[in-house]
Amino acid sequence: MNSAVPNLVEIRDLHFSYGDRSILSNLRMDFPRGKVVAVMGGSGCGKTTVLRLIGGQIRPQKGSVSVAGEVVHQLDTDGLYRLRRKMGMLFQFGALFTDLTVFENVAFPLREHTDLPEELIRDLVLMKLNAVGLRNAARLKPAEISGGMARRVAVARAVALDPELIMYDEPFAGLDPISMGVTANLIRRLNDALGSTSILVSHDVHECFAIADYVYFMSAGKIVAQGTPADLRVSDDPYVKQFVNAAPDGPVPFHYPGKSLADDLGLGAQP
Amino acid sequence: MIANLLSAVGRSVRESIASVGFSARSFFTLLGVTPGALRRPSLISEQIHFIGNYSLVIIVVSGLFVGMVLGLQGYITLTPYGAEQKLGQVVALALVRELGPVVTALLFAGRAGTSLTAQIGLMKAGEQLSAMEMMAINPVQRVLAPRFWAGVIAMPILATIFSAVGVLGGYLVGVQWIGVDEGAFWSQMQANVDVQADVMNGVIKSFVFGIAVTFTALFQGYQAQPTPEDVSRATTRTVVIASLTVWGLDFVLTALMFN
Repeated sequence: MNSAVPNLVEIRDLHFSYGDRSILSNLRMDFPRGKVVAVMGGSGCGKTTVLRLIGGQIRPQKGSVSVAGEVVHQLDTDGLYRLRRKMGMLFQFGALFTDLTVFENVAFPLREHTDLPEELIRDLVLMKLNAVGLRNAARLKPAEISGGMARRVAVARAVALDPELIMYDEPFAGLDPISMGVTANLIRRLNDALGSTSILVSHDVHECFAIADYVYFMSAGKIVAQGTPADLRVSDDPYVKQFVNAAPDGPVPFHYPGKSLADDLGLGAQP
Repeated sequence: MIANLLSAVGRSVRESIASVGFSARSFFTLLGVTPGALRRPSLISEQIHFIGNYSLVIIVVSGLFVGMVLGLQGYITLTPYGAEQKLGQVVALALVRELGPVVTALLFAGRAGTSLTAQIGLMKAGEQLSAMEMMAINPVQRVLAPRFWAGVIAMPILATIFSAVGVLGGYLVGVQWIGVDEGAFWSQMQANVDVQADVMNGVIKSFVFGIAVTFTALFQGYQAQPTPEDVSRATTRTVVIASLTVWGLDFVLTALMFN
């Protein structure tokens, strides 16, 4: 990605595998400061693994991931925790603490990482909840709110410490169209308001293209296409065309690779 | 055939040793974050309240019935020897030395231990522990250590309550129901139960059991795969491993304490 803006996150020559199973290979990605960058691709293509590598939850076999100039997997535990203070992450299903109220969930990182007086924490939390439209749900428990609302509470919690980098793992999964639009709008608005950088892992074409500045398409652990949403909409790349148009068959086969149906039914050519 | 068998045995032994080593390393990791956890005593007291509340009713009811049964059995056994005045001593010694710590630990494993395992396992399955890590908060220090120390502190308290209620149960059956002399019941107990040798050793036992049971419960929850099946298996493992550990430790401690 060629950009005049300096990169907050850089991935270079990255390889990652679970045992013998290769997940990511030869990955090179840039995430410029202040931008919303979407990482898209089908299920199991390695999108979430990219987020986990950026967050330092797993270590690559080869290559590097650097955030704010620091190579993530070279940091010790203290260094990694220091770096993570600059990050916020939205997990696929929110990962809210179910024994805490909405208010306490958002207050959690503030109480853990700052010595702010309780009155100030209260004001900050209410402002964050106001930003996601859930100020009046502050007293509710996660079990008492909908999935879409939980996702927004998790967004408020992820941005509680005004992070430089916000990572969203499938923020639109399982949401109704209204909640999806609200969440997408929120991601863009928060990114611009906080001046942060957002990485959006998703397979929802419509919402991602609406808010992202740049998009990476992944398949089988590799980047297969990249560009601005406008570029990709008119792309001739077969994978991009299949994905954007939701075509059932194309470079991504409908059937899981393996023996043919004829082989399984014993109908193959007889000698 | 024999080669396969040997290979399976070897693999099993190797896995068992690795598992023990991993448990030991996890235990020391937990101890390593303890100073950080102790800086926030409110988290520990919150958990003592939670764990204690979970177990209190079952401890009190069980203690009462165990004491009542001891009163009955003790009376039946002592009467042929004309030693029913010793009933208070027998009930108290059985409770403070053995039954109080051991039965409390077993009940604690079944009640609070399973709850801790399920809670940690579900937090893991719901990505709550990962979320905490990504917030630069060490879940071992923030979640596991306060629960560990709460369990370790709660166990001797619960065992003491169990023994005290058990003595009361023995008194109700022995003195109030059967008619053993009340003065003899209490005076024999007072004269023959040593605070250091009997009561304190019982407290030490329950402290050790508290470490074993709470660590087992937390470790099983933390190591569980984030699936409903494995969380439920981890809960079962907690009861089995904790109970067997308590029996084994009880034998070793009894041998050491009472020669």
